[in-house]
Amino acid sequence: MTAFVALLARNRLALAGGVVLVCVVLLALAVPVLPLADPDVTNTAQRFQPPLSPGALLGTDHLGRDLLSRLLWGTRLSLAVGFAAAIAAATIGAAIGIVAGFYGGRTDNIIMRGVDMLMAFPYILLALAIVAALGPGLFNALIAVAAVNVPFFARNIRGITVGIAHKEFVDAARLAGLSNRRIILSEILPNVIPVIVIAMSTTIGWMILETAGLSFLGLGSQPPQADLGSMLGEARSALITNPHTSIVPGVMILIIVMSINLLGDGVRDALDPRLKSGALSRPMAATRVDRAQTPPPPSGAGLLEVAALETQFHVRNRVYRAVGGVDLHVRKGECLGIIGESGSGKSVTALSIMGLVASPPGVITGGAAYYDGHDLIGAPYGRLRDIRGRSVSYIFQDPLSTLHPLYRVGDQLIEAIRAHRPIGRAAGRAKAVELLRAVRIPNPEKRITDFPHEMSGGMRQRVGIAMALANDPDVIIADEPTTALDVTVQAQVLTILDDLRRSRGLAIIFITHDFGVVAQLCDRVGVMYAGRIVEEGLTSDILRAPRHPYTARLMACVPELGAGKRRLEAIPGLPPVVDNLPQGCAFADRCQQVQAACRRAGIPLERHGTHAVRCLYPVPQSQEATP
Amino acid sequence: MTDALKLTDLSKTFGVGRSLLGRRTGAVRAVHPITLSVPQGQTLGIVGESGCGKSTLARMLVGLLEPTTGRIEIDGAVLDNADPADFGKRIQYVFQDPIASLNPRKTIRQIMEAPLKRLHRMSAADRRQRILEIFESVNLRPEFLDRYPHEFSGGQAQRIGIARTLAANARILILDEPVSALDVSVQAQVLNLLADLRTEFDLTYLFISHDLAVVEAVSDRIAVLYFGSVVEIGPAAQIFAAPKHPYTRLLADSAPVVGRPLVAPEAEGAELPDPLNPPRGCAFAARCPRAVDQCRTQVPRLSPAGAGAEVACFRPVNVPEHPMSR
Repeated sequence: MTAFVALLARNRLALAGGVVLVCVVLLALAVPVLPLADPDVTNTAQRFQPPLSPGALLGTDHLGRDLLSRLLWGTRLSLAVGFAAAIAAATIGAAIGIVAGFYGGRTDNIIMRGVDMLMAFPYILLALAIVAALGPGLFNALIAVAAVNVPFFARNIRGITVGIAHKEFVDAARLAGLSNRRIILSEILPNVIPVIVIAMSTTIGWMILETAGLSFLGLGSQPPQADLGSMLGEARSALITNPHTSIVPGVMILIIVMSINLLGDGVRDALDPRLKSGALSRPMAATRVDRAQTPPPPSGAGLLEVAALETQFHVRNRVYRAVGGVDLHVRKGECLGIIGESGSGKSVTALSIMGLVASPPGVITGGAAYYDGHDLIGAPYGRLRDIRGRSVSYIFQDPLSTLHPLYRVGDQLIEAIRAHRPIGRAAGRAKAVELLRAVRIPNPEKRITDFPHEMSGGMRQRVGIAMALANDPDVIIADEPTTALDVTVQAQVLTILDDLRRSRGLAIIFITHDFGVVAQLCDRVGVMYAGRIVEEGLTSDILRAPRHPYTARLMACVPELGAGKRRLEAIPGLPPVVDNLPQGCAFADRCQQVQAACRRAGIPLERHGTHAVRCLYPVPQSQEATP
Repeated sequence: MTDALKLTDLSKTFGVGRSLLGRRTGAVRAVHPITLSVPQGQTLGIVGESGCGKSTLARMLVGLLEPTTGRIEIDGAVLDNADPADFGKRIQYVFQDPIASLNPRKTIRQIMEAPLKRLHRMSAADRRQRILEIFESVNLRPEFLDRYPHEFSGGQAQRIGIARTLAANARILILDEPVSALDVSVQAQVLNLLADLRTEFDLTYLFISHDLAVVEAVSDRIAVLYFGSVVEIGPAAQIFAAPKHPYTRLLADSAPVVGRPLVAPEAEGAELPDPLNPPRGCAFAARCPRAVDQCRTQVPRLSPAGAGAEVACFRPVNVPEHPMSR
């Protein structure tokens, strides 16, 4: 709740709207105790007094009634009717929407077609028809305004409910023995209430206007009772001669509706989870770079070289050290595996190389990424753009979310090619077919006109690979490219990647959590834990004789096919959260060999030949494993 | 040994598409008639790739979907009531996505109380006591009870999910990919917890997964599903070591194993048949290197293939060929 208020207060306009609205509401509530003239006493001798006349601060109307008093009493009434109508419409609309969305099928169809019919009438006609049937009067106007707004709520809430009704926790509740009625009340309703509040906050101003409109036409409040609409209606005939009688209620309506709308927008922004997570804030074109120290120079070890890379996420006053000093390199034709659990920083490392980490909140705070000896971090955006996709390209985990759903895969491939070199449509198409053939998509001439949703997961990932190959890159960074695929398809995709790097001399950085995949594809492997590489070396060495206790225990956790039914080794505890890393070894709390020295200070990555370990007490190499 | 769970000819057909008058224009058979049984206290693993019908099967077993044909027997008694609450006391379901299966706006205590209150009508004091006992057995700290689901990691949330199913006190658990959303180090913790609970409470598991190694490590018997049918079922120790159905062999050969060179067992991108237009014979025939004409016209049925295994194939591998079977 305090977080909500803080979020709301950050939006200055919403805050201003809120303050104004609170003042108006307090004033309206205080009306009965204020020393005001009777709003309904006529005094024709004093009619059309201008504002600031003695005894009538805002003047008087055509019957000599005190305008200030009428304005405040009228505001009170209009607000009350508007809020009541909004609550009635929200309650009935939400109930209809939840029932339709939850039960679905025929119930949904019948209810929603009825709602559609209601929406087919212009709202004012419908309201007029309802008032005509019920007779004029403020209460009937309220009913009309509420009824007219029910469909809006019903449609909104139904959409949200359909999404929630298929969530797993609803199934779980059903299995826990909850009846449908209880599921609606205790599972669905708490999850749609924010949406109801958002919808109400954005429509309540509109409903006050509609009520005023009906009163203006003489169908709402009846004389002598004042509300803002009827005051405007009565002042209409004197609009030219005595404009203040119209301006006074008009300005009040403006103030109320503006403040409600500003506040409503603020409430919506503060409650909407998508806005809260910053999804709608536009990230910068390249990750922000803020390096305190000059990075180490390139060592020339590989085509792509990452040196002492540090990437952090700054979220409010917390600093998440996602990558805390990573060194790695990959040579032409080589495949480097990076293995680690979620949150170990493997993906952030990969994205940092090309400045693809979203900023805010991401910041690269140290290190360098040398491609062919030139630092990419902090490079001008034009140069980064030139290299992205042309020299270094990416393959992501989920091809369905990286391919545009509305364009044919061929067109997306051609676009990727044309982004880097001028090429005609026909030549582009020929190249696209050739690429699809290179990733062994059967019948590429025909599949080129498919939309992504028409392809299976394996075929889509092949298109993802084809896209990465479009400009003959030197380096491919593949971020869990086969995690979402079935095993038989995974084997095919891995073979394609392996053939490509051998035939084209590609350097591949392959990020995964699967030791089996690393063993089959990668020449070297780096194991990451809590943002750092803890062990690095030739794949065969590490898999045969891991030196870091984390690597050893992680390998023992993984069930291996062919070993039969058994109890698995588990690593107790959880990885540390990267906004609160321990001073010494990050794995110390889960390690069985931990000593006091492990916790004292940071531990360097010690290199012996091809093998590097970040551990003070590495697992001893067994006799037969030593080369 | 009695069968804790027995399925007879259980199948599910979904209608697809609608004509103008609301008639169904097509039908997709997600699960072909399946007959299976799981003895008390054992784990039956079910493996298959995406789209093979394993989740549809699981949802039928817990009453979230009504089967088109067939029946489910628990401890010898037929379950014919489609009321999930009735299922809930006998058979429970552990979801794949641990966070999504917990209502984000309820505390863990409220989530835990629901099955105790609705299925077992326990009093408030009994519920409090029982929840503490269950939390003890899944190694969760009692102070977690007043927190909300988003405060937990995947592994903890999955323990909470398991605790909830224990609260229902069902003897049979359907585990639908219970560890595939978890990291490997946490995955092992959860798998070991499940193994301990099975012994402690004499539970019967149906363990569904796409990960062959995980299924092999936890199961007594394994059934391989392809295109909605069981193509092979057998003891866990043998099924991938000596696969009999060519599809099982393909699966076993495709799994990445340390120390085995990378070879794609299939050259071309072979895919599942179109469910709207299923093949006449064996669903795997188009991908099968051993297929003969008979495979394309007749559907093979599950038949015993020695050592407690059954296979639905006219030309199985690793089975001494009888002259009669040709």
